[in-house]
Amino acid sequence: MTVANLVFYLIAALAIVAALGVVTVPNVVHAALFLILSLLAVAGFYILLSNEFLAIVQVLIYAGAVATIIIFGLMLTRGTDLPTVSVGGQWPLALLASGAFGGAVAAAVIDSTWPRDVGEVTLVSINDIGAVLFKDWLLPFEIVSVVLLVALIGAIVISTQEEGEA
Amino acid sequence: METAAEQIPLEHFLFAAGVLFSIGVYGVLSRRNAVLILMSVELMLNAVAVNFVAFAVYTDGALFRGLIFAVFVIIIAAAEVGLALGIILRVFRNRATANVDEVSQLKW
Repeated sequence: MTVANLVFYLIAALAIVAALGVVTVPNVVHAALFLILSLLAVAGFYILLSNEFLAIVQVLIYAGAVATIIIFGLMLTRGTDLPTVSVGGQWPLALLASGAFGGAVAAAVIDSTWPRDVGEVTLVSINDIGAVLFKDWLLPFEIVSVVLLVALIGAIVISTQEEGEA
Repeated sequence: METAAEQIPLEHFLFAAGVLFSIGVYGVLSRRNAVLILMSVELMLNAVAVNFVAFAVYTDGALFRGLIFAVFVIIIAAAEVGLALGIILRVFRNRATANVDEVSQLKW
C-alpha cells in the first residue's frame, strides 16, 4: 500500500464518519460542525485528484461561506425543539431507501469496466482553468453568475420583513 | 514521480462518493428540521462534485469538463443555500417552526 492510498483511506474515512455525524447527531450545532469537517475532507479528495484550485474553492465557499450561512440559519430558526432535534419516525424506511440506493451504485461501479491504465494524470494549473473557463465556457459562466445574483437578491427579498407585518 | 491519482483506482473515489451520497439521501429522508435537510443536500451535492472531478481527471485529463462542472455545482449550491435559508426564515417567521412536517397546508 502506497502513501497515497493510505492518505485516501484516511480522508475517505474522515469524510464518511463526519457525514454520518451530520445525519445522526441530535445536536444541530454539532451537526453543522460535522458538516464543515466533511466538506474539508472532500477538499482533501480534490487535492488527491491534483486539483488545488477546486480544493481552495471548496474551503473558501463551502467550508467558509455556506457553513457560515447554515449556522446563521440554525441560530435564526431556534425554536422549542432546538438545539436538539430527534429524527422523524420514518428513519427505518429512510435507511432502507438510502441503503438500496448505495447498493445499486456500488453494484454499478463494480459491474462496469473503468480505464485501468490512466496514463499520466494532468496537473491542472489555475492558468489553464482560467483560459478554458473564459474561452470555451464563457456563456455558461455568465449565465451562472446571473443565476447566483438573482438567487441572492431573491433571498433578500423573501426574507426581508414587510411593512406592517407582525 | 507519480501523482497521487495515478496510484488510486478510479473506483475508490466512486465508492467514497456513492457512500457520501447515500448518507445524504438518508439525512434528507430521516431528518425533519429544514436546516438539517439542507445540510444533507449539501452532502449529496458534494458527492456528485467529487464524481465529476474524478471522471474528469481519469478519463478527460486535458479538457477539464468535469472540473468546470464541479465549479458550477459549487456556485449553484451557494445560490441554493442562500435562497433556501431565505425561505426557511420566512416559514419560521410565519409558522414559528422549522419542522417540515408541520408545514403542510399544500397537502390534501
